Amino acid sequence: MIKQLSVFLENSKGRLSQMTRVLSEADVDLFALTIADTTNFGILRTIVSDDEKAAKVLKEHGYTVRLNDVIVVAVPDHPGGLSHVLDVLTDSDISIEYLYSFVNKPHESALIVFKVDDVEKAMNSLNEKNVPLLSRADLMR
Amino acid sequence: MIWNEACECMSRQDMEDLQSERLRKLVAYSYDNVTYYRKKMDEAGVKPEDIKSISDLSRLPFTVKDDLRDNYPYDAFAVPMRDIVRIHASSGTTGKPTVVGYTKADLETWAEVMARTFSAAGVREDSIVQVAYGYGLFTGGLGAHYGAEKLGASVIPISGGNTQKQIMLLQDFGSDAIACTPSYALYLAEVLGEMGIDPRKDLKLKYGIFGAEPWSHEMRAQIEEKLGIRATDIYGLSEIIGPGVATECELQDGLHIMEDHFLPEIINPETGEVLKEGQKGELVFTTLTKEGIPLIRYRTRDVTSLRYDKCGCGRTLVRMEKVMGRSDDMLIIRGVNVFPTQVESVLANMAEIEPHYLLVVDRKNNMDTLEIWVEMSEELFSDEVKKIEEVRQKIKDNIQSLLGLTADIKLVEPKTIERSMGKAKRVEDKRKL
Repeated sequence: MIKQLSVFLENSKGRLSQMTRVLSEADVDLFALTIADTTNFGILRTIVSDDEKAAKVLKEHGYTVRLNDVIVVAVPDHPGGLSHVLDVLTDSDISIEYLYSFVNKPHESALIVFKVDDVEKAMNSLNEKNVPLLSRADLMR
Repeated sequence: MIWNEACECMSRQDMEDLQSERLRKLVAYSYDNVTYYRKKMDEAGVKPEDIKSISDLSRLPFTVKDDLRDNYPYDAFAVPMRDIVRIHASSGTTGKPTVVGYTKADLETWAEVMARTFSAAGVREDSIVQVAYGYGLFTGGLGAHYGAEKLGASVIPISGGNTQKQIMLLQDFGSDAIACTPSYALYLAEVLGEMGIDPRKDLKLKYGIFGAEPWSHEMRAQIEEKLGIRATDIYGLSEIIGPGVATECELQDGLHIMEDHFLPEIINPETGEVLKEGQKGELVFTTLTKEGIPLIRYRTRDVTSLRYDKCGCGRTLVRMEKVMGRSDDMLIIRGVNVFPTQVESVLANMAEIEPHYLLVVDRKNNMDTLEIWVEMSEELFSDEVKKIEEVRQKIKDNIQSLLGLTADIKLVEPKTIERSMGKAKRVEDKRKL
């Protein structure tokens, strides 16, 4: 289980760069990043080196943030790799709210972030099927 | 044409005598039949017998919209419900509407003043009048309807909206007059243009009877030019009677107030002091003949001035300038009265929402638009778009059901909305009126 940091962003020029500047000044490293956007606003979702610190400095700068649990799965980089993981979740009756992928050098596999309705259950199911789950320490290596 | 010369062209002296006589009766009637008036007058130390003529008017206490709200729904009525034959309502400041009740005689008065209004606007017995004001609790539709019928015109009660059908009837039924909001008239003109219909050639339209929202002289010029009609500004508010309180004549130089029924004053909104002819201030009305819900010195919050000189049209009825603004923060959006506090009450009832909001009103393609900015809060924020959209939709639905208006809800970052010292800025009105 890994904490993901979400930040509310208005759809306006320069908002993203201002936000990333706040994080870089606090010496926070970004591992994964995605933005869900609507015509009205955007939600930036990120996994960072120090979520508590990141949340604190962003709040100090007036951002609305939220921390929540996600799971990060290493998916073997071959056809059917993702499909297998999804099957495990489906069989365990777990709904995926959203997912996004990212790359992380020390790993051969594709890394995928899952937001699911039941994190504990999803982790148990994936463990049983030997799907590797990553911790923050794994990402920082 | 002047519908009722006896009333509309009276000498000043006769008018003042008539008003004084009616005022004496009204004050005694209200004191005897409406509890809150009796209380107000007792508190102010005024007795009905102290009011001998209209020069004593300023001794009477004011009535405000809150008085009607406090007496919601029927306690401001002066007659038992068996004598009330119609109920209308307009939006109030905090969610509860302002309720007005009419007796048979009140409906007669209303039809009479609206017949005068249509007549002043150019409508005749052989006219075909398309009433495109909304029918319902809003006074616009039915008020116009009975006035045009009393005048003897043929009335098409199509109600508001449904632009394609409006245009079809304009073409096929040969309507020569239309009653609607001025912004809707301009919108109609636009759509007609897009459809390649030339109002001057393809329609019989000659007269427009426009009210229920403030509009400028420039907007009038535009409407008249685009539709090839004479556009008449009419004024009214449901508390007083609905449309029919005042109307322009063919000279379009101020609105004649039906002062034999509705006695106007202009006051300084801060001090309550009565202002002189020509001075700008808040318009106050006393309903000289109303039975259902008589109002004494009712503060309209509309800002204007009065002039008593005789008009070139022959009417002697006092004229008010086009309304130039409000002495409170009420907005009129697509003909609907909107108070920022109503929006606040919707937001305050939703736990997730910060009470920081801004109403942005604009006019796009001649239609008023309302955008409500709401600041994002930690309670409302989610990492899932779906959940945020749900809250946005809920705000929109709640606004819609309270105001009857569709608003665009824009979620903004915290601290985006300007915090001012003292009174918060809740409204940005970008409309060029």
